Amino acid sequence: MAELMATRDAYGETLVKLGIENKDIVVLDADCSSSTRTSLFKEKFPDRFFNFGIGEANMMGFAAGLASCGKTVFASTFAVFGSARVFDQIRTSIAWPKANVKIVVTHAGISVGEDGASHQAIEDLALMRSLPNLTVIVPADGIETEKAVITAAKDSTPFYIRLGRAKFPIVFSDDYEFKIGKGTILKQGNDVTIIAIGLMVFEALQAAAELQKEGIKARVINMSTIKPIDKDIIIQAAIETGAIVTCEEHSIIGGLGSAVAEVLVENNPVAMKRIGVKDRFGLSGKPDELLERFEMKSTHIVQAVKEVMMKKS
Amino acid sequence: MSNQEIQELEVKAKEIRRWIIKMLAEAGSGHPGGALSCTDIITALYFKIMNHKPDNPKWEDRDRFVLSKGHSCPALYSALALSGYFPTSELMRLRKLDSFLQGHTDMTATPGVEMSAGSLGQGLSVAGGMALAAKLDKKKFRVYVVLGDGESQEGQIWEAAMACAHYKLDNLCAFLDYNKLQIDGPVNEVMVIEPIVDKFKAFGWNTIEIDGHDMHQIIYATNEANITYGKPTMVIAHTIKGKGVSFMEGKVGYHGVAPTKEEEQKALLELE
Repeated sequence: MAELMATRDAYGETLVKLGIENKDIVVLDADCSSSTRTSLFKEKFPDRFFNFGIGEANMMGFAAGLASCGKTVFASTFAVFGSARVFDQIRTSIAWPKANVKIVVTHAGISVGEDGASHQAIEDLALMRSLPNLTVIVPADGIETEKAVITAAKDSTPFYIRLGRAKFPIVFSDDYEFKIGKGTILKQGNDVTIIAIGLMVFEALQAAAELQKEGIKARVINMSTIKPIDKDIIIQAAIETGAIVTCEEHSIIGGLGSAVAEVLVENNPVAMKRIGVKDRFGLSGKPDELLERFEMKSTHIVQAVKEVMMKKS
Repeated sequence: MSNQEIQELEVKAKEIRRWIIKMLAEAGSGHPGGALSCTDIITALYFKIMNHKPDNPKWEDRDRFVLSKGHSCPALYSALALSGYFPTSELMRLRKLDSFLQGHTDMTATPGVEMSAGSLGQGLSVAGGMALAAKLDKKKFRVYVVLGDGESQEGQIWEAAMACAHYKLDNLCAFLDYNKLQIDGPVNEVMVIEPIVDKFKAFGWNTIEIDGHDMHQIIYATNEANITYGKPTMVIAHTIKGKGVSFMEGKVGYHGVAPTKEEEQKALLELE
């Protein structure tokens, strides 16, 4: 079993590192700091940490104001409250004015588990992806989280970085180079391509290993930047493998699957299937039970690969 | 403040009102009512109260102004042009394709505009963020914001009111442009906001009630805000929607309807 690490833990620790280097970094939270791990920054830099209580809309406005006066602002809460609940605030006060605000949300996707549908953000990527100027990133593990957060801090434009609650298996090594807008091929193969994000990258790699046993060589791509998406790597995969399966801990509507389909249909349409939450709300349960129930485990990816390969022209 | 200075400000406000009418008539759309009601406040801020450098809009130590009721931007655009941020000729390109004067404020488009707005209820939070940044950096600049009365029906205003008091933002001075009308009718019929002074007071603000068309009172209020420590100041400014143009005053219909060419002439005569 791979080493486990929660992406939110990596976030909190990275914030502390960044706080030492850059005095202009301020961190905001909305009464979730112990869960989002911004509490680590709060302990170290109490003067640069601001809690806004349970008022996410106001927090986003303060973030924009601070950014307009030269601060690099990290604003955190759970994904449900940091996206849909404040979509208009992000749109009007942050994305449109290109504010230097990094919205880093945790507890995204169904792996939140027992808290159930109300707390399982599975539509946030659809929303955030629709906003101009906003870079949208879903790191696959703790290492990629650290690199993405550091990269975002060095950039002056707005970001939405989506993290989970659960501990994710580590898929990258320390020397992994993260680049905004660049997908990474984690496993080569020319029979089919599996494109995944977040926790699903690990499931995709497991599926590829299973497929390998049956002689099917699957290419696995980590597409951590949802926007701007790496069109080249998608088109290349379509041309070279002729079939694509996307995997995301998000609704199959509007997220990674949709983003990949948009690129394919305008450039090189191929057979495709989307693994994700199939247009329904979540449920309470253990993360693994939910992934199983929503048909998002590696076994389901294997099945989807076989189906999509039947449709290859 | 000498009477002569007050008179000069009043002349400037009249000039801004003329521009508002001209630019809206030329654009053929826009919001005269709320622009005319906050004209005196914006005039006092730009021509008397705020430290700013029109030839250097990004000067770090400038006082900040946030127009939360973004639809009233013709008043702000006129004040910016007359201050020297850009030529007044640009005002006639309001709302036109490729103009940098958008229908609602866009900070990425217009020199001197500090915040993009249009979706109501967000400006007080943004101004709070600016005031907090000043505190963090131990800067002396102050932050001014103009809110609408109908706008204060938005929940975010009250989240912001709580936070600005919590963080003791005494470098923040907000004006509530209390013109008593919103699109669907009188504010207190659509959704009552009274007792508005008591509400802000209860949220921990220093409150001042003034006639929002009296330059003396506007300047007095900002002076008092300046020497109020430990809490932000909310100036409840009683105003008249459409102020200065008799046929627009107190008329709901002029919230979002531009004057015709004929009405423009009539209005300009009154504003001479």
